[in-house]
This record gives sequence, structure tokens and C-alpha cells, in this order.
Amino acid sequence: MMRADLKLIHDWVPQGARVLDLGCGEGTLLAALARDKQVTGFGLEIDPDGITACLAKGVNVIEQNLDEGLANFEDDACDLVVMTQALQALRRPDLMLDEMLRVAGECIITFPNFAYWRHRAYLGFKGYMPVSRSLPHAWYDTPNIHLSTFNDFERLCRDKGLSIVDRAVGIGDHEGHWTSRWWPNLFGEIAIFRVARRRA
Amino acid sequence: MPEFPRDSVGLVTPETAHFDDPLALACGRTLPAYDLVYETYGTLNAEGSNAILICHALSGHHHAAGYHATDERKPGWWDAHIGPGKSIDTERFFVVSLNNLGGCHGSTGPTSQNPTTGHQWGPDFPLMTVEDWVHSQARLADRLGIARFAAVIGGSLGGMQVLQWTLAYPERIANAVVIAATPKLSAQNIAFNEVARQAIRSDRDFFEGWYANHDTAPRRGLKLARMVGHITYLSEDAMGSKFGRDLRSNDLNFGYDVEFQVESYLRYQGDTFSTSFDANTYLLMTKALDYFDPAAAHHGDLARALASAACPFLVVSFTTDWRFPPPRSKELVNALIRANKAVSYANIDSPHGHDAFLMPEPRYQAVFAAFMNRVARDQGLEDRP
Repeated sequence: MMRADLKLIHDWVPQGARVLDLGCGEGTLLAALARDKQVTGFGLEIDPDGITACLAKGVNVIEQNLDEGLANFEDDACDLVVMTQALQALRRPDLMLDEMLRVAGECIITFPNFAYWRHRAYLGFKGYMPVSRSLPHAWYDTPNIHLSTFNDFERLCRDKGLSIVDRAVGIGDHEGHWTSRWWPNLFGEIAIFRVARRRA
Repeated sequence: MPEFPRDSVGLVTPETAHFDDPLALACGRTLPAYDLVYETYGTLNAEGSNAILICHALSGHHHAAGYHATDERKPGWWDAHIGPGKSIDTERFFVVSLNNLGGCHGSTGPTSQNPTTGHQWGPDFPLMTVEDWVHSQARLADRLGIARFAAVIGGSLGGMQVLQWTLAYPERIANAVVIAATPKLSAQNIAFNEVARQAIRSDRDFFEGWYANHDTAPRRGLKLARMVGHITYLSEDAMGSKFGRDLRSNDLNFGYDVEFQVESYLRYQGDTFSTSFDANTYLLMTKALDYFDPAAAHHGDLARALASAACPFLVVSFTTDWRFPPPRSKELVNALIRANKAVSYANIDSPHGHDAFLMPEPRYQAVFAAFMNRVARDQGLEDRP
């Protein structure tokens, strides 16, 4: 069973693309893309168990910390850069977005939407930092140091002059709950953006 | 029946392959005829698809796994990773491990007889390069009926041979495993090698390499060379935790005898090595290290040098290795990425410095085994139950 955001990305990736997956975990997405769409590429990961799982699947995995950048990848080295659920854990998400769109013309990013109504209610009514399915950590030990909302990310893309090719939000792990209508900033738990360099 | 550990390949016997077809060498000279001594573990399958080649490092040899005798104290040098159920699983793979030319463990080298003079080669033995070794290894593969290796694997200088395999014989290598290696030596690496060489060459028993004619050997020099080398194989932490500032006796004795445990250890290592290894071989091996630089022929562009490589790579480094530290492995990895090759890279957290590649360490084993399982699967070899 593939995570719902991975399932959607899987559908978006073109046949035979060269993909770089930042924070590729156990290589689930890349392995599925290689099998179903003849995709090639690399995953970057720092978790030892994730790296071993990638090797077992035959996914090319490089042990590399995303906060150190992507300098070892040349401009336009790939067709697409994917980063699922890692943006919020980076030291400088904005610089990473620049890097991703240097390495490829297009990228797909997913992250937990902090403006999801349950998070708002948690903070609004209880007065504590939200702890949820998509944000399972306590404030003091969370790796998620740059939480943002669906709207925040859209604004960042706009400020950088990037074009949003596609966007959607999902709720939990349930398939078929992906939508870009109906107040995504309020009702989306996971945000997913497909962003491209602005056409010249 | 002798008792060996269950995950050991058990008793092994070296074999010798003799070659009469001359081998043209990078230095311009030709080796008219030569022997390669080797060991094999496991069984070559009918398709010849399960063969693995092990390439050894500076002071290594063909005896990589198992035991030569029931009373042998220690198994082969890479027994931690070769055997039934180990990363290089001899129940699935047919493993070939040889002593390289120029060595002193049975393959033709400085201690062998020069057929044209009838005397020992000594310092007249041609300087070997990694390219020459790989060429001779391919001939051994021909002899054993191996058209293509499922993987060629090596650590340190062995890893450089693996890299050379991918460039010289891309059609004969299905996977490359390069461990604790570097695409070229740094100035510091060459400097350490030069200290080792000078230690040997300035020994008054060296006789310009003709020490055998004087019934002696430059043991003091070789001992010093090994001591210096050994320091670079261990990490500062590993030395610290193993010896600290421990003394052999309770008090300082205000003299130059062995006082600290680390001195005792280094002297012991040096002494043992100097009576079991040939000085000319040591000199030649350090030169092969210094010379290796596949990017040199491509204006220093390693990615271009790698253009002919065709197989997936696994590159492994160790966090405390300061001989060939992680950035040297990343240099190779990044060049492979630039050259659009399939590569995976793991940087293993280990306190053991460069020597970590010889040892069992849970994450190292997990990474190694996961990759080798995939190699086996791709070659259509049965997964172990």
C-alpha cells in the first residue's frame, strides 16, 4: 500500500522521467515509478534503515543530508525533483525550492498543512501546539522546524515568480480525498504542489 | 572432521594458474610468463552467472576467507564478509580471490625467479599498476570460464581495482562494490607512502633492493613503514579507546624502551609484518596506489573518465576513515552522478578508521547484504530461505 500523497505523485510523473527524490525514505515511490513508468534517478536519504531498504529494492540511494544542498547535481540534471514531507524539516525551505528548480524544471512538494482545521481547533481551543496524525511530535522534539500553510506556500511561489502547475490537498492516508476545491487551506491536511520555473 | 564456525567456508586450498602469454604492462615492459595464486569459495553455476571477484588491498592476498589448516589461528582477511549466510554468501556466489602480481604470497612478484636471468627478480620486477592487475585478473577469469562477474568487490586499493574493472571491462562486470576507496590519492596519502618507502630504502640492509643476495632483508625499514601505515589505518578515537595513555608498567621509566601500550602495539605490528612481507612488494604496492588516477587521462574530469562504466555501483565509506575519508568516496559518487550512472552510497558510522572495511559492523553488514541480495536477484540466483 502506497501512501496517498505518493499515489498522487505516481500518477503525475511522466513516463521515463529522470527523477530525484529528496528524502526518499524506503524508496517506495522510486521503486514503483521504475517498475510502472521506467523512471530512472536517485533518492537522497539519511536514515540508515531507509537506505538499506532502498538498496534491497534496487533503488539508487545516496546518503546525503538535504540541508547541505544539491550542489552535486548539475543544472537540469533531472526532469523532476520530488520531496515528500521533508520541506518543513529543512533549515531553509526557500533555498531548497531554488535548488530543486535549478536541478529540474519542475518539482513536486508535499507537506503538512498547518492551517488544517483540526490544527486550528487544537491550537484555538486547547491552546497547545497541535499534535496530530500528520504532525505527530511534541513541540520540543519535532523535526518540523518550518511549519507552513497551503496559503503560505502559494505566496512563496508567487514571490519567487514560480508557476504552480497543479496543487491539491489530501486528508490522511485515504485515497480519493484529494481535492483542490473547497477551501483547501482549511480542509486539507496534506498539501501537494507541482511547481515549475516561470516560463521565460 | 575439524570444527569450523558454521558460517565459515571451512578448509580452503590455494591454487595456482600459470600463464605463458606475455602481459604488456603500463610501464612499457612485458611480463613474459607469470603465476597467479588464488582461492575460490562456493560453486560456479552452469550459467557462470554467480561469480564474484575479490580485489585485495595493500598488504592483502588471496586468502580472504576460511582456514588453510585446522589449527590456523585466524581465518582469511575478509572472513567477516565471505561465507555461508554472510554478505558475500558462498551458498549463492562463487567467489574468486587472488594474490596480485608483484605480491609476495605466491603470485609472481619480486621474490619469484626471473626466467631470463635465472635469479630472483628483486627490485628488477616491473612496477605494477592497477590497470595491469585488472588485466591479469581478467585473464584469470578467462581461465576459470567466467565471462562476466556478478560483482567485483574490493576495499581500499581493492576498491580502485573495482573502479578500473568498470572502465576496462564494462561488459564483464555486472555490479561494482567500492569500499573505503578513492578515485586518486591525495598529496597527503602520497606523502605517507613516501615516508614508508624512504624508511625501507634507507635501511642499510636494503642493498638497493638486492637484499636477498646478501641473505638479509630491510626489516627495520619495513617495520617502520608498517608502523606509519598502521597509524593511518586506525582512527584517533580507535587508538584512544584501545590504548589511551596506558603504560605497560605502573611507572614511567625515563628511557626509550616501550612504555606506552600504543608503542608496544605498533612495534609488535611492525615486527610481525617485517618478517612476513617482502619489502620490494611493499614498495611496488605503494607505487601502484600513488599512480592510480583514471581521471588524469581526461584532464582531471572523473565524470568523463567514467563514461565507459556501465554497471550499478555501491560506494561505501566510514565516518572515521582519515586515510581515504568520506569526501573521497563522495568525489567518486558525485562523478558517477554527473556521468549519469547508477550509484548508491552509504557512509557508515564506525569508530575503526580505515580498517573498518575489514570488520563486521551491523550497519555495514546490512548495507552490504542488501546490495548483494539484489545482485543475486538480478542474476536470477535463488534467494536464501
